[in-house]
Amino acid sequence: MKAALRFAALLAAISLAIGLTSGCSEGPWNDPNPSSPPNKITYQSVMTPAPPKHLDTALSYATDEALFLMQIYEPPLGYHFLKRPYELIPQSVEQLPEVTYLDKDGAPVDLESGEVAYTRYQMTVRPEAHYQPHPAFAVDASGEPLYLFSTAQEGARFHQVPDFPELGSRPVQAGDFVYAIKRLADPVLGSPMLGLMGQYIVGMKEFSDRIDEEPRERWLDLRQYEMTGLEIIDDQTFSITINGRYPQFIYWLAMHFFSPIAPEVDRFYKNPGFVDRNLTLDWWPVGAGPFMMVKNNPNTEIVLEKNPNYRPDFYPTEGEQGDAEAGFLDDAGKRLPFIDRAVFRLEKTVLPLWTKFLQGYYDRSGEVRGNTNRVFDQAFVVGPDGLELTEELRGHDITVSQDVKPGMYYYGFNMRDPVIGGYTDERRKLRRALQIAFDLEEYINIFYKGNGIAGMSPIPPGIPGFMDGEAGINPYVYDWVDGKAQRKPIEHAKQLMIEAGYPNGRNAVTGEPLKIFIDVQSQAMNNTTMNWITRTFSQIGVQVEYRPADWNRTREKLLTGNTQIFSHGWIADYPDPENFLFLLSSSESPLICECDGANNANYDSREYDDLFEQMRLEPSGPARDKIISRMIDLYQKDAIWLYTFFPKDNYLNNAWVSNTKRHGITPGNLKYLRIDPEHRAERQAQWNQPVTWPLYAGAILLLLLLLPGVIAYRRRLKATATH
Amino acid sequence: MFAYIVRRLLYAIPILIGVNLLTFTLFFVVNTPDDMAVSQLGEKYVTPEAIENWKKKNGYDKPLFVNADASGTSQLTDTIFFNKSVRLFAFDFGRSESGRDITTDVSTRMWPSLAVALPTFIVGIGVNITIALMVVMFHATRLDRGAVFLFVALMSISYLFYIIGGQYLVAKSWRLVPVSGFVPEGQVWRFLVLPVMVGVIAGIGAGARWYRTLFLEEANQDYVRTARAKGCSELTILFKHILPNAMIPILTGVVVLIPTLFMGSLLIESFFGIPGLGSYMLDAINSQDFAIVRSMVFIGSILYILGLILTDISYTLADPRVRLS
Repeated sequence: MKAALRFAALLAAISLAIGLTSGCSEGPWNDPNPSSPPNKITYQSVMTPAPPKHLDTALSYATDEALFLMQIYEPPLGYHFLKRPYELIPQSVEQLPEVTYLDKDGAPVDLESGEVAYTRYQMTVRPEAHYQPHPAFAVDASGEPLYLFSTAQEGARFHQVPDFPELGSRPVQAGDFVYAIKRLADPVLGSPMLGLMGQYIVGMKEFSDRIDEEPRERWLDLRQYEMTGLEIIDDQTFSITINGRYPQFIYWLAMHFFSPIAPEVDRFYKNPGFVDRNLTLDWWPVGAGPFMMVKNNPNTEIVLEKNPNYRPDFYPTEGEQGDAEAGFLDDAGKRLPFIDRAVFRLEKTVLPLWTKFLQGYYDRSGEVRGNTNRVFDQAFVVGPDGLELTEELRGHDITVSQDVKPGMYYYGFNMRDPVIGGYTDERRKLRRALQIAFDLEEYINIFYKGNGIAGMSPIPPGIPGFMDGEAGINPYVYDWVDGKAQRKPIEHAKQLMIEAGYPNGRNAVTGEPLKIFIDVQSQAMNNTTMNWITRTFSQIGVQVEYRPADWNRTREKLLTGNTQIFSHGWIADYPDPENFLFLLSSSESPLICECDGANNANYDSREYDDLFEQMRLEPSGPARDKIISRMIDLYQKDAIWLYTFFPKDNYLNNAWVSNTKRHGITPGNLKYLRIDPEHRAERQAQWNQPVTWPLYAGAILLLLLLLPGVIAYRRRLKATATH
Repeated sequence: MFAYIVRRLLYAIPILIGVNLLTFTLFFVVNTPDDMAVSQLGEKYVTPEAIENWKKKNGYDKPLFVNADASGTSQLTDTIFFNKSVRLFAFDFGRSESGRDITTDVSTRMWPSLAVALPTFIVGIGVNITIALMVVMFHATRLDRGAVFLFVALMSISYLFYIIGGQYLVAKSWRLVPVSGFVPEGQVWRFLVLPVMVGVIAGIGAGARWYRTLFLEEANQDYVRTARAKGCSELTILFKHILPNAMIPILTGVVVLIPTLFMGSLLIESFFGIPGLGSYMLDAINSQDFAIVRSMVFIGSILYILGLILTDISYTLADPRVRLS
């Protein structure tokens, strides 16, 4: 009786504890987000799998980092949110640049004159563009900067940007764009753009060499040094002059590297002791974009808030066909941005990310990475119309945004390899046989759940030069049957092997079996994939050996040409065929240029190179399309890559998120996103009711486990001795 | 005792140099300074000039161990190894390859690590010792055999299973706590319940089995039989006689871990989104950030040496017969 009473008392105590615990929290117990400020619409998102390393426009060159930079900074140009093919629009400047061609003496000349030595891009800054409030702009009564310290001690009380009580702002000026470009040339910063842009912007290399000689203990005012190719015409107008012609330069103006940087901001962050507290432009960016950074804890979260000084900007009123039906024009003409805050939490592993999305704590499944690593395979089932959302997700009214990024994965042949490389008919046939045997469609279906498009050329869909239908197929690998591309039968591959001198996969002269070597990055391929590839090539009698290595060693092999077949990928910087076709230009071959070139196949064709140079300079139009078509013919004829495919990314959106159209080039689209917070709160409460019975069951189970022990112990104490 | 501690601290210096040398060698066997430069600069348009510039800026433009171009002692001091190592001994960890101050990062991140590791450690010891004592009480019975079987089964399960299973059941299916995250302000405990619970349960198998072995050795001693003959209850025997006498091996295994609690856990922190030093180290390895790896290994070595010294000191407290000289 006594024991039963104790048991009941314990149960009551546990129940009370559970009751009290549940009373502690106002919302669902599992809410991982700290409460957001009231009356502010907060977008809840994720950064994965690592925090950004650089947030300085001169240093950053990663998509994960661009996610933040492109919300905070406004480059001169941007992309239309809705229109496809991708279209450039003016952003922080009033109009697209005025392009002038100059001869070697700097006098304007006609494009057709053949005397073009330089190209000048002139732009006028929007007068309404203003920087975000920031202590760097705070001034005292006499107009002097408020936060300029001569010793580390003076500023020691400031640890983060929000610690500074006084803030200021000012309009964006032409000089700020020029200053930003000069920072790209600063050797102390080490911008990845210096090497590339140094070839184009007039005087950039000389500028870099000149300031490299200057002492750098304190802030160096780059305004004191001239760069020949940059000119500030007036407060609002500036120009950039580049060597020769490089029509693709205009796309670079839509990247964060060319966003304005105020010199006083640069000077502010060079205060003594600031760098020791991570108070740098690399961690606290300052721009004139729609959002500003208010918290940067790369270990947990980054928080952006609406920039109160952001220029008047409005949702587009036109898009591509189908946008209106999809609701993408519902907000046409409305003032941007729609949200007040955006919180990006660090998620390193998949399960928590996925769980929080399903619980409604993340508004979307991701930002710059979709389903390429098959994170959300469990969200889809294969239905009669291809991939469909599972019933659970449809029940949550979750929508899918699909995005074919301007990028690709490919396996390349090393054209200098003594076995499979070369340009003879036999070698071409050998490579074509391997291409046919590698059933890319099956590969995509099995390993990517169909989330990819088999590539017929290096140009992905949505990029000028991409051809669909019968005209676009690779005639050496596919036939056009019943209105669709069909891979040639394996018998054709076997016949090609015979013609290549390898009947049944054996050397016709020596009788040795043909063994091919594939270099893969260790973490990029699993045993299942290897087995599939081995089985695929065994159909034509070819044996496969894998040479896995980490990226550093793989890169070393690529640079020295010590590969036979290698895996690689490419994401374009801008939507122009030049940014894809250069992958096969001989000037990019590491063995020819003795540099870290992108043509790892070491393809070397005079005709292709000449066509590439023509295409690079040719304006868009039928003439350029014809050149591109011939280049693709050469790619197909010479069988340079084993395969290429363009991955499709799937992003999932909760029902309360609108304007979720994906943009393959720029991640700077947060300003278009709209959230319905009431809908979200309602769903979160509905989906996250705690299940409490396991707590009671656990407590009872614990007691049941203890009870036999207690009984046995008591019995033992009362027992008589046996020995 | 003071002389002993000073001597042990001096012994630590060659150990730390050795650890540093080993870390340095292993890291640069796998990564070259060029690899590090490419990793930091990105993989596109990286020119040889940019690589050289990065190496120069970050002090990786010198030979690794011996500078043949220098003369005298500079042959050894004007090298990457010397320049990067000597500062560590002054506790100047410098900046990570991405430019952040390592000391600031370490001092910020050690608290979340401790917030998870300390309760896991304390609760874990308590639970393991309690279970082990209970099992010892029923030595050579079916209960004992069943418990040993259970311990081995628990030990055989991968740590990842506990983490993923815990997240799936407690956070996803039952929605009792957040699946991951860490919000320093407010109700931190909500984020710690699950990782601590997982850490404790995952450690029961190995921990309780080990303590059981220790206690069983003591349970067969004469003094236990004497206590039992005197009529002491089983609980008195366990807690007043066996437990204090088993303290030396317990302290050997436990005290050494106390300083290293600051270092956190690689797996728990990564899966539960705890911004501690464990995940800091893991990120550094993934991003080839040698500055962080080197600093963390150095700190880890110091804490471990400190743990060993503390263990020796704790012996004197647990057993008055022990003298440090």
